[in-house]
Amino acid sequence: MTAATLNPRLQEIVDDFAAVGDKDRLQLLLEFSEELPGLPERYAEHHGLLEPVPECQSPLFLAVELSEDGTVRLFFDAPREAPTTRGFAGILHAGLDGMPADEVLATPTEFTGQLGLQDLVSPLRLRGMAAMLGRIKRQIREKGAC
Amino acid sequence: MALPYDHAAKFQEYAHPEMIVSTEWVAEHLDDPGLVVAESDEDVLLYEIGHIPGAVKLDWHTELNDPATRDYVDGAGFARLMSEKGISRDTTLVLYGDRNNWWAAYALWVCSLFGHPDLRLMDGGRAKWIAENRPVSTETPERKRADYPVIERDDTRIRAFREEVLGHLGKPLIDVRSPGEYTGELLHMPDYPQEGAVRGGHIPGARNVPWARAAAEDATFRSRAELEAIYRDEAGLRPDDDVVVYCRIGERSSHTWFVLQHLLGYPHVRNYDGSWTEWGNTVRVPITRGDKP
Repeated sequence: MTAATLNPRLQEIVDDFAAVGDKDRLQLLLEFSEELPGLPERYAEHHGLLEPVPECQSPLFLAVELSEDGTVRLFFDAPREAPTTRGFAGILHAGLDGMPADEVLATPTEFTGQLGLQDLVSPLRLRGMAAMLGRIKRQIREKGAC
Repeated sequence: MALPYDHAAKFQEYAHPEMIVSTEWVAEHLDDPGLVVAESDEDVLLYEIGHIPGAVKLDWHTELNDPATRDYVDGAGFARLMSEKGISRDTTLVLYGDRNNWWAAYALWVCSLFGHPDLRLMDGGRAKWIAENRPVSTETPERKRADYPVIERDDTRIRAFREEVLGHLGKPLIDVRSPGEYTGELLHMPDYPQEGAVRGGHIPGARNVPWARAAAEDATFRSRAELEAIYRDEAGLRPDDDVVVYCRIGERSSHTWFVLQHLLGYPHVRNYDGSWTEWGNTVRVPITRGDKP
């Protein structure tokens, strides 16, 4: 039911995770962690502009921008020594950055359960990812989209 | 074929200096035959982004637990796991990990249930190794399969079950959680909402000594004198006391178990791994709220 409302990019990520075994699934998460882009200067130099996500097990900060054309830009910051948290941020970045605001808002929080990571990482870590998504959506609403 | 001990002056003060090694010692002995270094982390990907060269990964979540029952692997499961990692019964096994060695201490405690003869913890854990800019590798070592014997788990010496804790009420109990969890204000550890309980508080009679008090800022253990000031002078533990430690799921209390049993030498220390997630959810067991034992 929820799968139907995922945008195609995020759906592809979910499918990639579903297609491989446990070991490769962790490898895939590691790749997302490595692909997470660094902060642009305007945030790197003004870290206070980022919102902390205390639900994550390791320090994570994020920023959300709404472009004039209604698309969403996402920025994340997490230390190198927090690869799982970085991996989750990387998935959200790959799946949602540059997407129209309404599509990001329509992303069901439960999608984190479709990645097949429940038996590999602790459930509270998956909640951290859901919390990131929740905060992204809240920021979009606050910025006045939809 | 045990490796030499780490003769660092700080460790000689401890009751069992043979149970602990420094990052220097590990760096020096990395290539010695008979040694296996294992990383045990809370973050399941940390090992993959770089570990001590040659170290194997020991995942508490997926490898040391039974996949279905809330329990650890049995003798056959443990033998299979150790053999796969290239660990034999006479291997010197050094454990280290993230978060002040919580999971490494937990893994060491589980290995102790199977009586592995030579277990050591690397003081300061992963954070210290990284902070010292020591080499890391992303290569998973290909270790030759070993032949670890099937040893039945002994749950009688250092592990306590709920019924035993009920029978222990009135004797020394150490609750190593944060003060907010101890008093009952918090139903879970800050930031760990999944591992909660329907009742907040502590086991009656338990004293609150948060685990972190045993650790210095750089994640190493405090000196023997500092530890005695905390556990003997403040918490009032006497040399022959039968002590039960607990936290929320048993990992933070493994850290304190290690301190009491191996650094201070208390002979009867048991870890109640059911901890608050079991006690705080169990029907009709007594609990105490507030900041008094």
